[in-house]
Amino acid sequence: MLGKLSWAAIPLDQPIPMAASAVVGLVLFGVILLVLFKGWLPYLWREWITSVDHKRIGAMYVVLAMVMLLRGFTDAIMMRSQQALAFQAPGYLPPEHYDQIFSAHGTLMIFFVAMPFMIGLMNFIVPLQLGARDVAFPTLNSVSFWLTATGALLVNVSLVVGEFARTGWLPYPPLSELQYSPGVGVDYYLWSLQISGIGTLMTGVNFVTTVLKIHAPGMTYMRMPMFCWTTLAANLLIVAAFPILTATLAMLILDRYLGFHFFTNEAGGNVMMFMNLIWAWGHPEVYILVLPAFGIFSEVVSTFSGKPLFGYRSMVMATMVICILAFMVWLHHFFTMGAGPDVNAVFGIATMIIAVPTGVKVFNWIFTMFGGRVVFATPMLWSIGFMITFVLGGMTGVLMAVPPADFVLHNSLFLVAHFHNVIIGGVLFGAFAGYAYWFPKAFGFRLHEGLGKAAFWCWFVGFYLAFMPLYVLGFMGMTRRMQHYDVPAWHPWLLIAAGGAAVILAGIGLQIAQLVVSIRHRDELRDLTGDPWNGRSLEWSTASPPPVFNFAILPNVEGEDAYWGIKQRALQQAGPRGEPEYEEIEMPRNSATGFVCAFFATFAGFALIWHIWWMVIGALICAYATFVVFAWRDRTEYAIPADEVARIDRLNRTARGELPAEMQPAQ
Amino acid sequence: MSDTAPRIELHAEDVAPGDERADGREIVEGLRGYLVGFALATLITVVAFFIAQTTLVWRPSIPIALFVLAIAQMGVHLVFFIHITTGPDNTNNILALAFGVLIVFLVIGGSLWIMSNLNHNMMPMDQLMQMQR
Amino acid sequence: MSATHPGAAFSDPNLVGTGGAAGRRPAVSHAARNLASKRIIAGYGFWIFLLSDIVMFSAFFAAYAVLSGETAGGPSGKDLFDLTNVAIETGCLLLSSFTCGIASIGARAHHALMYYGGMAVTFLFGAIFLFLEMHEFAGMIAQGAGPTRSAFLSAFFTLVGCHGLHVTLGLLWLLTMMAQVFAKGFRADILRRVLCFSLFWHALDIIWVALFTIVYLYGAGQ
Repeated sequence: MLGKLSWAAIPLDQPIPMAASAVVGLVLFGVILLVLFKGWLPYLWREWITSVDHKRIGAMYVVLAMVMLLRGFTDAIMMRSQQALAFQAPGYLPPEHYDQIFSAHGTLMIFFVAMPFMIGLMNFIVPLQLGARDVAFPTLNSVSFWLTATGALLVNVSLVVGEFARTGWLPYPPLSELQYSPGVGVDYYLWSLQISGIGTLMTGVNFVTTVLKIHAPGMTYMRMPMFCWTTLAANLLIVAAFPILTATLAMLILDRYLGFHFFTNEAGGNVMMFMNLIWAWGHPEVYILVLPAFGIFSEVVSTFSGKPLFGYRSMVMATMVICILAFMVWLHHFFTMGAGPDVNAVFGIATMIIAVPTGVKVFNWIFTMFGGRVVFATPMLWSIGFMITFVLGGMTGVLMAVPPADFVLHNSLFLVAHFHNVIIGGVLFGAFAGYAYWFPKAFGFRLHEGLGKAAFWCWFVGFYLAFMPLYVLGFMGMTRRMQHYDVPAWHPWLLIAAGGAAVILAGIGLQIAQLVVSIRHRDELRDLTGDPWNGRSLEWSTASPPPVFNFAILPNVEGEDAYWGIKQRALQQAGPRGEPEYEEIEMPRNSATGFVCAFFATFAGFALIWHIWWMVIGALICAYATFVVFAWRDRTEYAIPADEVARIDRLNRTARGELPAEMQPAQ
Repeated sequence: MSDTAPRIELHAEDVAPGDERADGREIVEGLRGYLVGFALATLITVVAFFIAQTTLVWRPSIPIALFVLAIAQMGVHLVFFIHITTGPDNTNNILALAFGVLIVFLVIGGSLWIMSNLNHNMMPMDQLMQMQR
Repeated sequence: MSATHPGAAFSDPNLVGTGGAAGRRPAVSHAARNLASKRIIAGYGFWIFLLSDIVMFSAFFAAYAVLSGETAGGPSGKDLFDLTNVAIETGCLLLSSFTCGIASIGARAHHALMYYGGMAVTFLFGAIFLFLEMHEFAGMIAQGAGPTRSAFLSAFFTLVGCHGLHVTLGLLWLLTMMAQVFAKGFRADILRRVLCFSLFWHALDIIWVALFTIVYLYGAGQ
């Protein structure tokens, strides 16, 4: 009846997962009770869950990312403490458990922290920067988000029902084949990623179409903000790379579920084929993560230097070159796995070449700051921290791009330090910079600046304390994913690394405190004008938060840094401008399609993992039916009348001092 | 998406992929395009099946010939059935297609090159497994 | 912040609302220019999705190309492939592409006979294709040449089967599109979906060209 599922699936004999599940369960229960008792459910359903507004969806993505960051970081703390303790001792995490922790850590951080964070920021900001009202396919956007949430949910369910994969964040065969991983762990991983992968692919389609086809009048391609260009490049990579992930995971699923022989040891299977295909996805994936971060830094650096971005055209070229080259280097992830010197040399050289456009970008950011009036607000601190940290990490990457060097360093802690260096220094610092920079736009009040700066310093110092020792350890020969060791020389470095993790923990604590304090003091921190940083691009011309239709009148764009030009012309004109003619605006209606579809996808995924076949069929039929119901609706949009648009816009213009007193609406 | 200021419409003249410019064209004209495409595709298919099984053609050239014929037939489909043209209203569609084709060649070509290199350098898996026993 | 009456949906500009009250107003007709741009956006978005689908197929093609020699002592393509069957399947798909074109013209011209006729015949040819393919699969499995026999066969069944799965989903979509036009007429959003369907169907035929060349024609010639 219930496939492989039974009460034995709950790990009652393991205290740590049980304690963790209990805490999570209590928190969830508490939140649900709070929502129900305060009567927030209708509001949440109407304004957030069924919303197809890119701003709402973007915010939900970021919330998902931050919550998953807490779980992923907990895994990190557990790993650091285990390694600090396990010198000639077993530590407190048995190997079967430790293996699940490092696998979950990587999977969560890449797929459910970094990806949603970047996608969330792209969602919120790109239509605003393009001068559009929404993305190309708003309901599809909602589906994308909820499918991603389903994936995250499934990974977390594995904590309490069953187990997670023990293969690392990429499930290499033959370990991940049924013979050597007979449990449900790898299945949790596979189905969670297949489902959220569909969501991500839909996001890719959505944003490529949006950036290429939906612009404000006058915004040609070469007038788009840099963040839009990097969004285009990242989403092109999503469209090109995620299908490979889907296919490769599908092959592993077929091996495990139907006895196929793609990657088995017998009947002609080829284990290396998995490595080849998964890294053909995996390398573009890291560029999908970092390109939006580069875009965020372009925005932040130019705003906080008070200058237009230096070398806009070369930045665009560099971005598109990175986009193409990202697909030509993937073998550097398995130099040591049997390819000959000719193949290794070609991919090694290609890997070094891809550092060049990145270097172009770094120089352009530095030249943007040069001669500008730099304001060291929190987003700018993250940007400068990024420049230092990412360049270091990039250099260690170029070091490992030399195949003979990689033969020494592959799968050592040097590698681990390198990728954390670039992902934390690049992606995460970018995410935090974007979060601090665009928070006022999203919620109408700024974040507490002092706590933000303190959090930055804790992260910055903590990162170096936690990861520089790993470079040393890599050179000393320590491999990754070790549950215990007996080399005395390694121990002090691992203690320092654990200390670094503790400092980062303080940083996270400060970020949580910053959010709480900012919400408490939101009236003092209120952003009334919609332009707290004297910004240069169109999102700063809207109110904070923007109205549902973004722009009452679509802006007419006449150059790069669209909003800066508008502001300068307004200053020159001085004095109140006439009111524009407001017209009715049509916006897409809400839809429960995304949520309902993901609801059935969750059941389908769970049932596939536990081999509950009747539930699989039922859930898939229901998911298909959801789409048919959606396709059958007659009213797809609703209209906002012109006087309502006028009223909302007058509020915004009053706050900016653009309306003379006699025209201001009564409050 | 309305406003009063003069606007530069970026994509007013673009064509959706799969659409042809239907200003005043008759049904008959549209049918003609599909008929020509169908005839060409059938011809290419027949030739391909023929040379795959015949001894009349120098055998080592057959894989290349089949490859060329396949590309030609895909081109026929793209032009006559999906109405991809080289006009400026199709530029975005062609660029996207070119990007996709590039990725396909990188994935298939790269995989073939890498895997044959690995297979050449590494012991076959069954022999490896036998060594374990 | 919860709105308890329809008008309140607009009192807070940050509330998205479902357009409860406004939604009951008569649908505002679009300017012709907006209609055209929606068609372009929908078509282009679906084009991008198709390219992603083609990349997925290329991963399966790559796996097939690498594993095509790994017969593990079992049967190879030369032993198993019946080129006559493949030729008939190819003819069916090609004809179905042609009739799909007729249906597209019919949809654009709001010509019910061409549309329904074209779609019905497309369905027929697609169904024949599927039947022939499943018959082929069943035959191979019956002679012990199923996907679990060797890596080559795993790759073959997956690649060809993935295409067949797409055809199946396409046929389901086809029926849905016939039902939608029947229920709602040649409405603009329905026509956009017909455009996307025809793109999908033609792309499947393009993939089949690669399939029959690389799998069947190469394989039978080895």
